[in-house]
Amino acid sequence: MINFNKFYKLFNLISLSLVIISILLLFFKGLNFGVDFKGGTLIELRANDKNINVTTLRQSFGKMNLGDFNVKKFGNENDFLIKIEKKDTSAIAIEIIKKELTSSIGGSFNFRRVENVGPKVSAELLKSGVIAIALSLAAMLFYIWIRFEWQFSLGAILALFHDVIITLGLFSLFSLEINLSIVAAILTIVGYSMNDTVVIYDRVRENLRKFSDIKIFELTNISINETLSRTIITSVTTLLALVSIYLFGGEILKGFSLAMIMGVVFGTYSSIYIANPILVKLRVSQKTILKEDGE
Amino acid sequence: MLYFSKLRIALVSLVTIFFIYIASSNFQDPENSLISKRINLGLDLQGGSYLLLEIDNEPVELQKLQNTTTVIRNFLKAKKINFNDLRIQNKTIVFTVPKNDNVLVENFFLDKESEINPYYNQYKSHQFDLSIKDSEFILSLSKYGLIEIKTSSQDQALEIVRRRVDEVGTNEPNIIKRGNNRILVELPGLDDPMRIKSLLGKTANLTFRFVTQNNNDTFGTEILQFEDGMSEALVSKRIVLNGENLLDAQPQMNNQTNETVVSFTLDRVGAKRFGKATSTGVGKQLAIVLDGKIVSAPTIQGVIASGNGQISGNFTFQSATDLALLLRSGALPAPLNIIEERTVGPDLGQDSINAGVIALMIGFLLVIFFMFFKYKIFGLIANITLLVNLFFLVGILTLFGATLTLPGIAGIILTVGMAVDANVLIFERIKEECKKEKNNIIAFDTGYVKSKTAIIDANITTLIAAIILFFMGSGPVKGFSVTLAVGIFTTLFSVYFVARMLTGLYVVKNKEKEKLI
Repeated sequence: MINFNKFYKLFNLISLSLVIISILLLFFKGLNFGVDFKGGTLIELRANDKNINVTTLRQSFGKMNLGDFNVKKFGNENDFLIKIEKKDTSAIAIEIIKKELTSSIGGSFNFRRVENVGPKVSAELLKSGVIAIALSLAAMLFYIWIRFEWQFSLGAILALFHDVIITLGLFSLFSLEINLSIVAAILTIVGYSMNDTVVIYDRVRENLRKFSDIKIFELTNISINETLSRTIITSVTTLLALVSIYLFGGEILKGFSLAMIMGVVFGTYSSIYIANPILVKLRVSQKTILKEDGE
Repeated sequence: MLYFSKLRIALVSLVTIFFIYIASSNFQDPENSLISKRINLGLDLQGGSYLLLEIDNEPVELQKLQNTTTVIRNFLKAKKINFNDLRIQNKTIVFTVPKNDNVLVENFFLDKESEINPYYNQYKSHQFDLSIKDSEFILSLSKYGLIEIKTSSQDQALEIVRRRVDEVGTNEPNIIKRGNNRILVELPGLDDPMRIKSLLGKTANLTFRFVTQNNNDTFGTEILQFEDGMSEALVSKRIVLNGENLLDAQPQMNNQTNETVVSFTLDRVGAKRFGKATSTGVGKQLAIVLDGKIVSAPTIQGVIASGNGQISGNFTFQSATDLALLLRSGALPAPLNIIEERTVGPDLGQDSINAGVIALMIGFLLVIFFMFFKYKIFGLIANITLLVNLFFLVGILTLFGATLTLPGIAGIILTVGMAVDANVLIFERIKEECKKEKNNIIAFDTGYVKSKTAIIDANITTLIAAIILFFMGSGPVKGFSVTLAVGIFTTLFSVYFVARMLTGLYVVKNKEKEKLI
């Protein structure tokens, strides 16, 4: 048996500082919103000419007077991603860009993907993304409250907040792009992290019923240990699947799988080190559970 | 209990075989398979264009206000009410009447039978909200009046957009309403939406109007530019003919001038008007105005009574074809703006499919090896379950004709990773029970029973996330939530029916064995 509970305080302190750092990062550095949430134009371009590189593309786009833009390599040697921030890029602009590009670097390229999101749509997408995440947290809170007791519900939701905020904090720190699929990833993290927490909580509840003489501090530790191999195996198989998406699933899924990988790691950690210490703090005992059973 | 009747074994096997068949039908020639259903590939996988159009209703609202102003003017004149200062101001109609006529006028607007201000029974409200300050009447479109305008212009626009897209002839376009002022157009397989975009970007409001020399035309005049932007002309506001009178329009080569033109045929009313206009206006220039710009302004040579005519104007064959198409499909009630566009080329779509399939296979193999290494025989059972689960998942997506997107593939891979969770929970529980209980069969049974609440709770939380994602997400992300949600159900089914049966059969056979798991 591993004494996880010996480190409750230490890890709580670490988590707290990570959350604070993340919030500060979100506040001062902000998130790198992609075209989905900021509006603008994104072009994925494949060059069939070896002479085309980031520098030549940057020069060509620089001449077009498009405002802020950004050119970078995208996976393959000859694939590039161009992001243009100008918000009123109208429907025709893509065609003009294509023409001007042809005249400056020749015609040996093609647009593999074009995304053009107007400011109104991007604002709506951002709003619905935030609502979706808030709604999922609320739904989880409610569900656990029904299935368990409010103490459990609070512990689970704090663990979720922890995972979501630190994942976002890392995205801010490394300036990784936030787009629609990242929102999907965060919602899945919410589901996964909850999943992990619930399994341990389920065991805590079972043990609470069984042992009246064991303090919650010990009891959480027993429950964590009893479910530990499951926690590890499931995390490993999920991570195996995610790493496989990250490495082989193509450039478009990279951000999504990376967010999920972070989320699974934090989710597993928080199920042990956030969700359980909260139960200890809230002095959950057999009475808490029996009250529920008696009703 | 872990004993299974022959019937049950047969049923589970049958269901499994059924889904394996359905899932595999995706890879067969549609001609030779019994099931015609297929998983649809999303635009991000098969390539194509997604366009979100927003209807700019402002001109329609303004038009409505103008029309109503005319009606009010005529009405007040007819009633001999001495009105003053009737005008449109900040999207409202404003006018004043003498104090003693106040009540009379007010009643005309608030009457349920009012012709000026129609009453919508379904909303229990009038088209216009009325407010009166002293003797000043202010009419503004009510919430429901605006909704009426929006829905009717959306209906019309949808029809016109559909006609235009159909005329271009892309395969299986999907054109649907979004909200009350948007239209979503999905064009599978189209990697360059330029032509459609320019076709949808035009209102195609066609009018024939005389060019005049003097400003004192009774209907008023305006200066309009030619399409080339080089010159302009003074044009009467009187509309001789508009696009609604057109029956047909086709691009054509004019044999004499060797020019590409658009020839048109008018309906009966149109032909009559055109005949009259050309007979009275010989020698005059008739401007053909499209969306506020003059296409050309030919001089009338003689009477055209047949109702056939030609529009010339420096067309290429392509632009003549497009103009003819626009004229045939009719004018949009209001301008459309493309507010969101996502286009994926077919080669990127294929690359995404390939990458997705490779990631799925590698992820699957990694998980399978890990499970086998960890649980041996039971790992094998979990792996068989996982495979069957995949068939169930793909089979159900096929049966529903669901749309598979790139995030959807990610959802399948993620399901592979998370699906073993239920089996792991059960196996771990059985392991624990085996320590206390000598009888293998009882230990297995309790293992299944005691792990149940955790499994259900754990899966419901993921399901909640998936459902929220489904309602809040758009496009590809929706595809992810669908596979995730369906994956939860197939996982539970495969774990409780397939895996449970397999473990049951194995345990019953080896019930005397020690350290079974």
